[in-house]
Amino acid sequence: MNKVINISKKNNIKEFDALIIGGGGSGMRTSLELAKSGLNTAVISKVFPTRSHTVSAQGGITCAIQSADPNDDWRWHMYDTVKGSDYIGDQDAIEYMCSEGPKAVYELEHMGLPFSRFENGRIYQRPFGGQSKDFGKGGQAARTCAAADRTGHALLHTLYQNNVKEGTNFLNEWFAVDLVKNSKNEITGVIAFSIESGEVCYLKAQATVLATGGAGRIYASTTNALINTGDGLGMTLRAGFPAQDMEMWQFHPTGIHGAGSLVTEGCRGEGGYLINADGERFMERYAPNAKDLAGRDVVARSMVMEILEGRGCGPEKDHVYLKLDHLGADVLNSKLPGICELSKTFAHVDPIKEPIPVVPTCHYMMGGTPTNIHGQAFSRNDGNDFMVSGLFSVGEAACVSVHGANRLGGNSLLDLVVFGRAAGKHINEELKSGGGVENASNEDIELAMSRLNKLNESESGYEVADVKKQLQTCMQNYFGVFRRGEFMEKGVKELEEIREKSENLYLKDKSIAFNTNRVEALELQNLLEVAEATAISAMMRDESRGAHARDDFPERDDENWLCHSLYDPVEKKLGKRDVNFVPKEVEAFPPKMRSY
Amino acid sequence: MELSVSLYRYNPEQDKFPYMKNYKVKKPEKDIMVLDLLNMLKEDDVTISYRRSCREGVCGSDGMNINGKNGLACITPLSEVLKGNKLELRPLPGLPVIRDLIVDMTQFYEQYEKIKPFLQSDSEPPEQERLQSPQDRDKLDGLYECILCACCSTSCPSFWWNPDKFVGPAALLQAYRFLADTRDTKKQERLEELGDPFSVYRCHGIMNCVNVCPKGLNPNKAIGEIKSMLLTGTKEDKIKVVGLE
Repeated sequence: MNKVINISKKNNIKEFDALIIGGGGSGMRTSLELAKSGLNTAVISKVFPTRSHTVSAQGGITCAIQSADPNDDWRWHMYDTVKGSDYIGDQDAIEYMCSEGPKAVYELEHMGLPFSRFENGRIYQRPFGGQSKDFGKGGQAARTCAAADRTGHALLHTLYQNNVKEGTNFLNEWFAVDLVKNSKNEITGVIAFSIESGEVCYLKAQATVLATGGAGRIYASTTNALINTGDGLGMTLRAGFPAQDMEMWQFHPTGIHGAGSLVTEGCRGEGGYLINADGERFMERYAPNAKDLAGRDVVARSMVMEILEGRGCGPEKDHVYLKLDHLGADVLNSKLPGICELSKTFAHVDPIKEPIPVVPTCHYMMGGTPTNIHGQAFSRNDGNDFMVSGLFSVGEAACVSVHGANRLGGNSLLDLVVFGRAAGKHINEELKSGGGVENASNEDIELAMSRLNKLNESESGYEVADVKKQLQTCMQNYFGVFRRGEFMEKGVKELEEIREKSENLYLKDKSIAFNTNRVEALELQNLLEVAEATAISAMMRDESRGAHARDDFPERDDENWLCHSLYDPVEKKLGKRDVNFVPKEVEAFPPKMRSY
Repeated sequence: MELSVSLYRYNPEQDKFPYMKNYKVKKPEKDIMVLDLLNMLKEDDVTISYRRSCREGVCGSDGMNINGKNGLACITPLSEVLKGNKLELRPLPGLPVIRDLIVDMTQFYEQYEKIKPFLQSDSEPPEQERLQSPQDRDKLDGLYECILCACCSTSCPSFWWNPDKFVGPAALLQAYRFLADTRDTKKQERLEELGDPFSVYRCHGIMNCVNVCPKGLNPNKAIGEIKSMLLTGTKEDKIKVVGLE
């Protein structure tokens, strides 16, 4: 592998107008917008794009398209999302997502996405958790647009297909190592290498978009793909840029016990429900109105309470059951065919006959790189926000923030397409009106190559697999569904040791072609950055809100914490940032007690 | 009890030829997937290379040849494939090997792109969605679920012979996915491009594709539908007989 890239020699440099890191839903929605605009755009993805984790999304994309209910209103969707976020979602961003959503969803349909249909030919919508009519007063809504229970697959393939149509430039199976930052603190691209050939390049761009998805692999048990290692966030944190709301991790109520595979909330939307060892539908006690369709944080905590109080199922009493058999074979085969398949494969259970063993499982990162609704990343200086020129982020990697402390089901796919589209439009306008960044120097590039070079030159050190296990166990033990100060302090200490090891990994396999040992080592270092940001943020937020539930601070504390947390990776300290309460068209929804 | 795993190994920087390497592992107490076993082996020998992502059978990364049959490592339990405690893992057949279990899928993707795998419509999109009846939407079931894992095309002798010319079962399944979509208005053009001797007619109904598809899809049936559309056309489009000269 080449160790040096020299700008004046012009070798190993590829230049683009816009560079998108990540070939999942958000990245490919951004690239589609840019490819149509005629800008020289490239998507770099460490896997072939349709292998990205968007493919695993099941239940659907939530949006008030007024199909199931002609009187549905995006403002109701906005209300639900604000409430779901436990009031730390930015209301300008939520307003934008919910009001622009229908256009973005219709565009997907026009591109060919094979949505399921109602008898009248319109897109099928199902009920999902946290959905209501009339600002919480009109009962359960059905707002999640679905392609059976394979909506993510259908969406990702549709986006890839349309990128093929528009001739988007793909660098598939390339791995981005680090951001290149010039002397003005602008981002001018990334250092990346072809996993197949080992060629290391400086991918230079006027706009660099991080669409690298989540990092669920910081936990031992997760619904996330093996590739979800927070590569974009790792890069921004190493470059000294902050991360927002990193303590907020969603534990999905229904991961298959033992395997971690996701079982969609759509199962409960279609009428399934959870039962404990006594066969009791326990959610009736915790959320008398919404029951099994309360917010995901509420359902996940209720399940853990049942297990802790000895009403768990199975020989170890360590899970509960998701009951679906009463829905009948027809509904299950037509609406939830993928779940039937997954359940048979991973739980050895046919849901037509038996309930599925499930347990809350790490699912989604609400936090990420802070951005505005155009995807522009920002940083902090003396308490003031400033835009990082050249740097953008979209999708799960970003924190725009529409999910706040708890994401509603079906809102992640909407987030991807709405903000991928918005970022694409903005970058197009900005670059066409003469915007851009200054060049980086050879020293800037050398700095961005140093992590890769150090790893390649390692002659001794720690094993990747060992350190990864330690990290995942630490996060699982101390930063799970329920958290406590003293345990988290222990976790943060452990992470200090794990950082030491992670910075001194031994790359045993030094070969060039498709060296997955190298990729996994670089991924582990990204996981570490994300884990540390998570741990310190969680330890410092001394209240309970949304997905962040503390035994030692069980109440929500609006006086001190009705705000975003902003983690500074240089000082390893937590700051605070105001939540936006000024939407443009509607009046802000003020915080109130959150019950379902 | 011990498992004997025979693994196809090839590192282009070190090996002149590929070879099979044997690994002995303690048989796990519970039934695990082939991918779990590979992950265990890789912890001891970090040089073992294979693709993987979702680990639940939806991303299509880890297609490989498992005891002689193509499948996805992540949803293939050992109990289903072990032959007397022996397991042989090879890359998908018929494509160039990059390293170990990783094949170069360029030709496979090129065939996919060749069939224009995107919706084409002459009409301006409406303000809202295009309408489609549930019955018309049902016609896409069994087609749109393809995950592009290449298990089918790389088990097809016709594809082995002509990977540069024969579209192959995976891409033909997608060709039919758009032919079957009531929203697509380019049926005539699509059929015309499929009527040459190599695109559809190279399929000889061997049915390996159906036998191996990890998603239970039936490319052979889709190919039959295309052939019959080429012969008789569809009523609504009055398609002429093409490709039989």
